[in-house]
Order: sequence, then structure tokens, then C-alpha cells
Amino acid sequence: MQLASFIARRILQLIPTLLFILIVVFALVRLLPGDPASAMLGDRALDADVERINRELGLDRPLPVQFAVFARSVATGDLGDSITLKLPVTELIATRLPITILLTLMAALIAVVFAVPLAFVAATRRGRMADSAVRGAFQVGLSMPVFYLGLILLTVFGARLRWFPVGGYGDGFLEHLHHLFLPALTLALSLSAILMRNLRAAIIEVIDAEYVQFARAKGLRPRLVLLRHVLRNALISTVALFGLSIGTLLSGAVITETVFAIPGAGRLMVDSIYARDYPVVQGLTIALAVLVSLTFLLTDLVQAWLDPRVAR
Amino acid sequence: MSDTAAPRARMILPRPLIIGGAILLASVVVGLFPALFAPFDPNAFDYGALLQAPSWAHPMGTDNFGRDVLSRVIHAYTIDMQIAVFATIVPFVFGTIIGALVGYAGGWAEALFGRIVDAVITFPFLVLVIAIVSVLGPGLVNMYIAVGVVGWVFYARIIAAEIKVQKRLDYADAGRAMGYTHLRIIFRHLLPNAITPAIVYWMTDMALAILLGSSLGYLGLGAQPPAAEWGVQIADGKNFMATAWWISVFPGLAIVLTGLGFSLTGDGLAEVLRTKR
Amino acid sequence: MTDAMLEVRNLTTTFGHGRLTAVNDVSFTVRPGEVLGLVGESGSGKSVTLRSIMRLTPESGAVAGQVLWRGRDVLKMTASDLRRVRGGQISMIFQEPMTALNPVLPVFVQIEENLRAHTDLDRGARAARARELMDLVGIPDAARRLREYPHQFSGGMRQRVMIAIGLASNPKLLLADEPTTALDVTIQDQILKLILDLRDQLAMSVVLVTHDLGVVAATCDRMAVMYAGRIVETGTVAQVFAQPNHAYTRGLLGSVPHAGTERSMLLSIEGTPPPLGALPAGCAFHPRCDFATAPCRTTLPVLEDIAPDRSVACFNRAAVLAAGSPI
Repeated sequence: MQLASFIARRILQLIPTLLFILIVVFALVRLLPGDPASAMLGDRALDADVERINRELGLDRPLPVQFAVFARSVATGDLGDSITLKLPVTELIATRLPITILLTLMAALIAVVFAVPLAFVAATRRGRMADSAVRGAFQVGLSMPVFYLGLILLTVFGARLRWFPVGGYGDGFLEHLHHLFLPALTLALSLSAILMRNLRAAIIEVIDAEYVQFARAKGLRPRLVLLRHVLRNALISTVALFGLSIGTLLSGAVITETVFAIPGAGRLMVDSIYARDYPVVQGLTIALAVLVSLTFLLTDLVQAWLDPRVAR
Repeated sequence: MSDTAAPRARMILPRPLIIGGAILLASVVVGLFPALFAPFDPNAFDYGALLQAPSWAHPMGTDNFGRDVLSRVIHAYTIDMQIAVFATIVPFVFGTIIGALVGYAGGWAEALFGRIVDAVITFPFLVLVIAIVSVLGPGLVNMYIAVGVVGWVFYARIIAAEIKVQKRLDYADAGRAMGYTHLRIIFRHLLPNAITPAIVYWMTDMALAILLGSSLGYLGLGAQPPAAEWGVQIADGKNFMATAWWISVFPGLAIVLTGLGFSLTGDGLAEVLRTKR
Repeated sequence: MTDAMLEVRNLTTTFGHGRLTAVNDVSFTVRPGEVLGLVGESGSGKSVTLRSIMRLTPESGAVAGQVLWRGRDVLKMTASDLRRVRGGQISMIFQEPMTALNPVLPVFVQIEENLRAHTDLDRGARAARARELMDLVGIPDAARRLREYPHQFSGGMRQRVMIAIGLASNPKLLLADEPTTALDVTIQDQILKLILDLRDQLAMSVVLVTHDLGVVAATCDRMAVMYAGRIVETGTVAQVFAQPNHAYTRGLLGSVPHAGTERSMLLSIEGTPPPLGALPAGCAFHPRCDFATAPCRTTLPVLEDIAPDRSVACFNRAAVLAAGSPI
């Protein structure tokens, strides 16, 4: 079937992408000025120590060999050991990344719950008060830094009102949700602003389309016209944008986790940078990039399902 | 049913452009001459006036070292507006040149470029930037380098798409017929007609740069304390949110206001350029 | 006139708070089983007239006058009554099936939702009816093609799909907005023939909007010529073709290629229709008219009945009549 071959082709496309991710991360660490060993040990490192670290990391061998070794160990799930935490990086990622994924999923859900109805209100009352109010509010939302919003929400709803915990992750799934709600809300704001803006424009474009007129001419109920004919078509471009925004969301998660002291991958990333724990930074960069490319894959599949013309 | 309304005699500037432009103009003036507006030295400690709430003497209060928050917010305009420009100008120029060449050449250059774009967008931008900063070390210059390594791609993508459209129009053929060199056709004839969307994106990008710069400042990877930078200030005040909210809240408002200035200007500019077409 | 199914009285549609009048004081009737052609250049208001009848004008449009469907005014109906008429009793098909069919829904869903809205058929019966409709409009292999999407059909087949959707609930009136304009000439004839056959089989009336007088000659019983939002001449097709009374109609007829040559767009009248926002004083056609005299430039000619079912709005109809039909 068409769809099946589309999925197969799309999965094959992942391979060069993954390879490229490895090359970039490899190049990043090895080709940029400043060598990792002295970065790790600081300015007052002894030459002997630098050499030892270089040898341990295999940095004294030719670049292509280094890359082959690097690629093979990554492929076998070996991302090296954390310098400060003395644990395998893979293990660290396995415990920390799910927290970040849960946070991101919650944020995405909240963003959609906000964006879709508001986009509808704004698009169907184009140019009127409600439209201006929604757009104005979201213009502000777009200019609001994540860490600032997080800090304010944390202070008001956490410290003052005590509706939510002021940080951490809690035990058990419900506690996790409770702990992650404020961070997710923080993270959701700018995404929902972006989605709202795009969906509003898409709805405006679709709402005067001939097939929507034709649907009305069939005597369908307005709700059916709106959901089946307007929203479904308008969502196609918004889904693409949603997928592309996942990187921004993960970027935001790095900061949000720092503000709310959530022990996720983002927090680990920042801590590792402070500690110059470069195997962890490298491993996390790879993991996050892989996560993003998997999200792109998922987005394409959802799009192919929404729009049969995509899978050709 | 074409719109047959008579063409407007004079271009009326859209309101977002006026408001946004005014905010930006004020931001630039304050950023260039902060000393004219700041009542105090932004780094002067005053142990006699620690953590004071906003008052006539200190409209935005003082921080835990007795520094005047208003003066620090004003002086931060210098750094943060600088971030907006410096972090974006290199990607803008470099990306425009690459994009113009790629869009004009097409073929394998375009295919290769497409792969690069695909790869770059798989890295969460901030993650990549802080990964680079972690290798190079914290600081503004390293942040500019990190942003530059990645940011040019977005401009190049916009310009390449525009140039591709322009290339097919008649006047490009006319240029070739006149025997102009490729470079002359690209940069004298095609680029001026292709650059407007990139300028609109530049506005958005400067707003994003301020968000990024202040985020890195907050994380301790951008501007270094005791510099007056909004992100740094918010980080300074984060432990006092319950008792002295003003240390963090006012710098944040400055970020929002400036970001609003850029995005309103971008929206207004887009509107003007759209109707002009 | 009491035998009319649809009676349009003084229909006037304006946009932008009355700044643009797209349809101006238009009246006509449609009788059971007849095909009425609504003819004019693009921008003459014929499509807006159709959409106004169905209350499908954009939000900025205001529709005045009366649209009496079996004696009830469509323009005053409640939303739920209007829904029952739309698609159930009066169906509309559009010019461009590529844009009028929803690209992301299988054809079956687009037929079935019409049946759901207007009939009590259960699931199985709706599926059977959908297959029957595909057969009716001449699409082979119905069961398989119902699962396909619009982009998988050819242009002519797509138009057949749209007709199948329009006919799903046995309407008594079909409003067809340039149904063949987007199609190849050979396919055009097939689609027109299909519409006529279906009219006979289902005993419905048709209003056919077109700019193509060849189409009118081949399909319509009566015709109304529109110019700049007004009807300028009506009559049976035979009458109008033999004895055009309005200079514009005569010009239109002059632009129809004669037997044996291919049909083409109407091009032979000098100039272009005036923009609706800036109509000239008097008769809107006078700047392009070879017969224009002083009164044409100052006074608007009214549509006068000159015989039963025959009317014209032209001061110089005697001169036009004397010049004879160009055909």
C-alpha cells in the first residue's frame, strides 16, 4: 500500500540523519577551539593529566579512527562514563530523559488545549475585540522568557498559594503530574502562542475555501462543517509546525527544569556543563537530537494520516 | 469577485509598526546613552539601602547589595540590545550570501544545503548553543559564535527560496542576456528583490536573541555577573522572589517590552511589505 | 407564474456595507423540470446570484429581496429550515471540483454526510445508496472508488463525484455554477449530457450558470442574460438566439464561433465589464455599446416585458432587433 511504502521510506531516511547527528556532535567536541581535557580540568591542569585524559578518551588517535570508534560505541549503546557522577552516561539518560519526555508531553498537551479553541475564537471573530485580545495576549506570551515566567508561576502558585510543590519530581505517577504541572504550563505558553498564530491563519485560509462552501451547501450542521471540513484541513500545517517546535520545547525544558529543580535531562545537561562533564553533554546532545528526529518521523506519519496527498 | 476598491493614495503605516518602532527607538537610545537616564551607578553597592522596596528614591527598589534596580535595568539595555544585534548580524549577512548562492546555483548545492537544514533542525537550538558554549567556555563572545554556527541556516533557507522565485522572472534573463556576471546578477539584481522576508525574520530573530541571551545569562553561561544584564539580574533576584520580588520582576518586564517591540515591528513590516507587493 | 418552483424577486446583494452591489434587483422564476441558463461574463454577478439564493455569500455580503422556494422565503428561514433546504431540496455544484471537494476526505464520506443530514437511511442503506449514486453518474467500480480521495480522480470524474454528492438526497432543484468550465471540451459534453439525463430521470429543475452560449444552446430551455449585476434580457433560448433585443446579448452571440469551429471564451465585445464599485451612469453597458444614444448615458433602462416570458432592458432595442442576430 502507498502508506506502508511511505512509512518504510521515511524510516530509511532516518539513517543519514542519525549519522549526521553523530558527525556534528563528534565535530563539535573535537574541532572547535579548546580541547576537552583542559576544558574539563580547568586552566591550571598539568600536562600529564591532560595527556592521560586524552588517552583515556582516545583523543590521541587520528580523527577518522576516533570517529569509527565513537560511532561504534554509540551504536552499541555505550556513551562512555560520566566524569563527575562515575556512572555510565546511558544509564543516566535512561533515568533522566523519561522525566523530560513526560514534561514535554504535558506541555504539548496544555499548549494544544489552549491554542485550538482560542485560534477558533480569533479566526471566526477576525478583526473584532476577541481576536485582538487573544492575539495581544499571545504577542506578550511570545516575548516572555521561559525562566522568567517559571519564576513568577513558582512564586505565586508554589510559594505563596501553595497549590503546587516548589520543585522536585515527587514519587508515583500522580505526584509526578502534580510536580510537573507548573513547569509544563510555563513551557506551554510560547508554544501555544506559536500554534495559535499559525492555526488562526490556517483557519482563516480554509474557512472561505470552496469545499467549506460546498459542505455548507450540503446543509450540514455548522459544528460538522467546522470540525470535519475546517479544522481538519487547517490542522495539517499546524501539525507540521508542532513537530518542528519540539526542538524549541526541549530547549525550553532545559531551562524550565533548572528553574523548577526537576531532575530531568535538561537539568542534567546544565549541571554537566557547569561540571565540564563532557561525555554527559555529548551523550545528552545525541539523545535529544535522536528524540527530535523521532518526533519528526511521528509528525510526518500523523500528517500522512491527516492528508492523503502527502503519502505519494 | 475581485476586490475592486480604489488603491489607497498614500501608504498608512500600520499601528504595530508605529508602536513597535517607538519601543525599539527608545530602547536603542537608552542602550546607547544609559548614563543619561540612570539615576545611580548600576554597580555601586549601598549597604545602607539593602533590599528596599520601590520608592521615589529607588523607583524599582534595590537588590541585596543595595544596587539600584532601575539603574541596572537601564544599563542592561546596552548589553541586551547589543546581544540582539551582534548575535543576529553575522548569521543574517552570512546566511544571506550563502542562501543567495545556493538558491541561484540550485542542483547539488541546493540538495546538500537541504540536508544541512534537516540536520540542524534536529538539534534543539538552545541545547546546541549551550553545548558549544560549554566547549568554548561561558561568555557573550562565545555565545555569539555558538549562535552564528547555527543561526545562518534559517536566513539562508529563506533567501534561497526567494532567489529561486526571482531567478525565473524575466529581468534575470535580461541580465544574463546583457552579459552580466553571475555574481552581479545575484547581488545587484536578484538579492534586493529577495531580501524583504529575511529582514522581517531578522526582527523576530533579534527578539529570540534577547530571549536566548538572557536565558544564558540566567544559567550563568552568557553575560557574567556583576554585569547588568536582564537574565543575570533575574538570576540574582531569584532567591528573593518571596521577599523582594522587584529585583527579578522589573528586568523581566524589560525583556517582555523589548521583545514586544521587535515582534510588533516585524509584524508591521511584514504588513507593509505585503501590501506593497 | 404560480407554477414556479423557485421565484427570485428583486434579489440585491451588496458587499462592504453597500459599497459594492454585485447583484442588483434580479428577478426570475424556475419551473418544474426546466433548465434555466444564467449567462454573462465573469464578474456579471451570476455566481453571486446562485450563492445568494443558497445564502452562501461571505459574511461581508448582505442579501435583500425574496427567494421563494415553493412559496417560502429562503432568506427568512431559520437556520434549521435552511439546512433542510440546502442539499436536501436545492443542491449546488461548483465550477472547480478540485477545490470544491474536500481533499482530505474519501469520496464516500463526502457523499455519506449528505445522506446523513437529509435522509433516515441506516448505515448499510447509506453505503448502498452511495454505490447507486456512483453508478448513476457513470463512475465505474463504485465500491473501490468510494474509498478513494478526490486527487485520485480525473477532472471529469471529479465533476461526476460532485454531481453524485449534489444528487444524494434527491433534490428538486440543482444550481450548477459553471459545471463544465474547468473541463476539456469532450468531457464538457459528457457532463452536460449527464446533467440533462439526470434532470429527466429525477424530474428536477436546473439553473445553469455559464459564460458559454454554446452550453446554453445545447442544454437550456430558457435563459437570462446578466450584465454588471443586472438581468438585461430574458426569453426562451430559441427566441433570444434568433432575435436578440439587447445590444449586449447581440454582442455575446457574435462572439460564439459558428458550427464546426471550437467553442472559445467570449472575447469579441470591445473592452471589459466595468468594476462593480464604479459603474457608469445610465445603462452600465453603454461605454462598450455600438448602439448607445444620449439616454443610455444618463438613464437606467428598466427590464420591460415585451411578450410572455420575454423581457429586455434596452432603449434601442428596435435598432438592435433591426441589426439582426449575428448567428
